[in-house]
Amino acid sequence: MLALYLRDIRLGVRAGGGALTGVLFFLAVIATIPFAVGPDLALLARIGPAILWIGALLASLLGLDRLFQADRDDGSLDLLILAGDRHMLALTVMVKCLAHWTASVLPLVIAAPIFGLVLNMEPIGIGATALTLLVGTPAITFVGAVGAAVAVGLPRGGLLVSVLVLPLAIPVLIFGVSASYAAVNEPNPFMPPFLILAALTLFLAAIGPVAAALALRFSAD
Amino acid sequence: MRLIAEKLGGERGGQPVFSDIDFSIDSGECLMVTGPNGSGKSTLLRVIAGLLQRSDGEIRLEGGGEEFPSVASASHYLGHLNGMKPAMTVGENLAFWQDFGGAPGMEVGEALEAVGLETVGHLPFGYLSTGQRRRISIARLLVNLRPIWILDEPSAGLDRESERRLSALMSAHLGDGGLIVAATHLPLGIEGAATLTMNEGDEGATEREAG
Repeated sequence: MLALYLRDIRLGVRAGGGALTGVLFFLAVIATIPFAVGPDLALLARIGPAILWIGALLASLLGLDRLFQADRDDGSLDLLILAGDRHMLALTVMVKCLAHWTASVLPLVIAAPIFGLVLNMEPIGIGATALTLLVGTPAITFVGAVGAAVAVGLPRGGLLVSVLVLPLAIPVLIFGVSASYAAVNEPNPFMPPFLILAALTLFLAAIGPVAAALALRFSAD
Repeated sequence: MRLIAEKLGGERGGQPVFSDIDFSIDSGECLMVTGPNGSGKSTLLRVIAGLLQRSDGEIRLEGGGEEFPSVASASHYLGHLNGMKPAMTVGENLAFWQDFGGAPGMEVGEALEAVGLETVGHLPFGYLSTGQRRRISIARLLVNLRPIWILDEPSAGLDRESERRLSALMSAHLGDGGLIVAATHLPLGIEGAATLTMNEGDEGATEREAG
């Protein structure tokens, strides 16, 4: 299992893996917002957490369709499914999700504080947003794995995966953003939305890989 | 160890491809699946490996013991695709499958030597030619120990010398008490292999003869 984790990280980081593409896309989203909203620093600071979250959400959806399709295209997926008696397929999916998150989504979380500066956010707001991204983005990956598994047989499933996954990712977005806001706006409590966010991640970590494994098993042809 | 298929039927997209396939092979035996294109050879192999749901009948492994409770766990499957990452080196690819598959067999270096490619271990898999890629995926069969080899056109893209080497590897596997089910339209020169001929159409169109 560790071998699979390391392999997927290595593939993600190497040329063509898409880890850098996500960060660049994230940067592109963040950089265009001030041009669209205008040079109102107070406004930018206020909508900052939401912008960071939307950017990170879209960027993390970007590479999801390749999660299983790359393995299917070169035949590895068959071998991973065949190994189902040694390594439960759901566990294999889980490890692939974690590797994908480490290689493609963690860089977004690390880049988020820097982009927060671009949006004129307060340090505490930046910290809270980065923390909520760290806790919330795995949930997006686990939901995304289900979408990627369902669309694995489709040649151009990229957009379909995003559309399938987006509604399911909305709760993550809502609680992530509201926790980030609560850190800046005094009366609102930070912990309740943050804990719900953590609960969402744990919940999706439990059911996402099982559902994705089921979809993969029946997608084989 | 014995691999048994009884009244096995398979379908693709709701269309029956074959039905009523019976065979049983023991340790040290080889079954060659032959037939024209589209007769369902690949489908049969995928059904045997458990990658496709069978539509009818039964496939089971007897005598696998605790180590190999199912056909899938006892099998190496070599399909049309090689299952290797072009961006990783040959050595990394093989080492990954060895690690992931468990029950390690030969060392990666030995396996590369067995397919005559001991000098390419450091090259990215994507740099290799079609035949070399095929030979690397044959080397994958050697790095994990599996009693059953399910081979789909294993000699595709191989030159004569490599074909000869593949036959030798298959014979050696049979000699060690392994089982082989191979779909091919080329004679691979395995002594005493049984042949299963698949014909186009379905219903009982299969026959078995001792080769």
